Amino acid sequence: MFKIETTANRFIPHGVSACAGCGLELIIRNVLDVLGEDTVVVIPPGCSALFCGFGREAGMRLASFQGNLESTAAYAAGIRAGLAAQGNDHTTVLGFAGDGATVDIGLQSLSGMLERGDRVLYVCYDNEAYMNTGIQGSSSTPYGAWTTTTPGGKATRRKDLLSIVMAHDVPYCASASVAYIPDLRRKVQKAKDAPGPAVLHVHSPCPTGWGCPPAKSIEVCRVAVQCGAWLLYEYENGKITLNQKPKQLRPVSDYVKLQGRFRGMDEQAVAALQAQVTQHYEEMLHKSE
Amino acid sequence: MSHYKMLDGNAAAVEAMKMARVKVISAYPITPQSSISEKLSDLVDAGELDAKYIRVESEHTAMSCAVGAQLTGVRAATATSSVGLALMHEILNVASGCRVPIVMPVVNRSLASPWSLWCDHQDSMAERDSGWLQFYCENVQDVFDTLLCAYRIAEDRRVQTPVMVCLDGFFLSHSMQKVLLPEQDEVDGFLEEYIPKNAYLNPADPMVINDLTPTDEITEMKFQQAVGFAQAKVVAGEVFADFEKEFGRHKGVVEGYRAEDADAIIITQGSMSGTAKYVVDKLREGGQKVGAVKIVMFRPFPHEALRQACGSVKKIAVLDRTAGLGAQGTPLWLETKAALDGDVDVRSYVGGLAGRDISPMTIQKVFEDLHQEAPCDEVNWIDCKDDPMHLREVPLHV
Repeated sequence: MFKIETTANRFIPHGVSACAGCGLELIIRNVLDVLGEDTVVVIPPGCSALFCGFGREAGMRLASFQGNLESTAAYAAGIRAGLAAQGNDHTTVLGFAGDGATVDIGLQSLSGMLERGDRVLYVCYDNEAYMNTGIQGSSSTPYGAWTTTTPGGKATRRKDLLSIVMAHDVPYCASASVAYIPDLRRKVQKAKDAPGPAVLHVHSPCPTGWGCPPAKSIEVCRVAVQCGAWLLYEYENGKITLNQKPKQLRPVSDYVKLQGRFRGMDEQAVAALQAQVTQHYEEMLHKSE
Repeated sequence: MSHYKMLDGNAAAVEAMKMARVKVISAYPITPQSSISEKLSDLVDAGELDAKYIRVESEHTAMSCAVGAQLTGVRAATATSSVGLALMHEILNVASGCRVPIVMPVVNRSLASPWSLWCDHQDSMAERDSGWLQFYCENVQDVFDTLLCAYRIAEDRRVQTPVMVCLDGFFLSHSMQKVLLPEQDEVDGFLEEYIPKNAYLNPADPMVINDLTPTDEITEMKFQQAVGFAQAKVVAGEVFADFEKEFGRHKGVVEGYRAEDADAIIITQGSMSGTAKYVVDKLREGGQKVGAVKIVMFRPFPHEALRQACGSVKKIAVLDRTAGLGAQGTPLWLETKAALDGDVDVRSYVGGLAGRDISPMTIQKVFEDLHQEAPCDEVNWIDCKDDPMHLREVPLHV
């Protein structure tokens, strides 16, 4: 029988919850569950800041700090140095931020942290837009997607976060998806054990922003992987490994038609997205050989 | 035993940070602060300072690292100037709001634009409402002494507020002067090991710091900060007294010079204060009863101490190294005017911008202007060239 006192997820109390169908909650509960209590967490403002709590009520039973949008990685680097200066090399320092706080305004401090080799575990949950402020486009928003600041569909491709991370020659980074939890948990453990900075880039559905039913959000993310719109791979010791290598990708239209945000795309736009996705998949296949 | 050393202002700041046993340093180079970043990194590299050095990629990160590090329970160090301080602005308010008592030298440099490498107080004055205490130094010895005291004041349980120790770029940062340095054990006796007294990040005793806070609580939290500022005046007095007992040098939040019986006073901040004293001596030789008052602590503004230092003087000049554009007067003038009785003739002077030398002649001109009868209620640009509106005038050929 499920006992709320003991079976409950360890670090995030019951009652602390994201929107219905949001992938973020499942991701953070699993990430923290793997990391354990010897962890310090930095979260910037945004959807995930709800896990810091509100007022007198903490949202997490872990040492944590709500930082600023630009400097999640910087706060984490300072915490790591402070702990190290006191002889503590066992605590995991986790930065947990969305795509805007990572690929846009937080990219500089992330790059600094990666280049210096600070031992920080950085998780970017990517819901592909500024969802907390009301679905504004970020540089992680995919081609063709509607947001409140790309009302005609985004004209450019998404920024490739992990390529930027790999350019810093980090010991470990990986993409993951909320639709593949065992894979995510395995990668969190690897990232935790990495001898330097590690980055996880996790696909996180936002039913409100993506225009899909909350009950379908995991399915949408699974289709993203099956059609190659979100690739699952790892980079370790300079080598890329694709975790999912379907012989035949599903057409990207299967992914597009599940979400209202792509409703404005005509056939030509879908074909352009298909070409991008296929090209990226083939590049990654080539790099992983 | 204390010993003398020839140091410039930046080196004196580094000595103080070293003796305060800072454990994490996050610094980004900027003229004229750079030699602080370099010297701290040399000390760590040579094993003379047991600290972690984070070679950050910006001042925004430098301050974020310092906040993160100090929350784990160690003294964190950084320093900056000018646009670097401006880039820190967002995180300065986090440090003060979270009551993280970081001590930071600010090597004063003009704030762009126009670009300048040279000293004025626009950078730190722009941060006067950031919730940090501010002290201004007169000479290189003062840089060392003030920093040492600043750690005690910032970390006092009653204050719990970060401190900027401001030193004039080049005039102090790069000026070699003879400095009396104490031994490490003497400093250890004056400044105890850092123990966080409020919020901290420790996995064994978890707490969430800086979450979203409802309207219901923020007024009270700001009031708590205001109480910290009020207490800082008391604590600064105690720490300065203790400092004098230990090291024999007198310090005050406001320091008067031949002001008791003066007919006219000039109020100054920073390195120009030494020049003001020199001019006061010269004018006294000529029979003029003038004096000088130096503001050491600008935040919290020591209005009671200032009132006392000014006594019953009715003619006061305030010389500011920042323009305070659009205000009725410069920042220091506004504070002074509010502190003194309405019948005191307090005049606002701007000078020494972007490294323009405040020479004895400048100070003398201020006193001369102060003796003119008609009270001036406009800012007086005391060292501005004639015909400024035609500077770099471009003839139009259209």
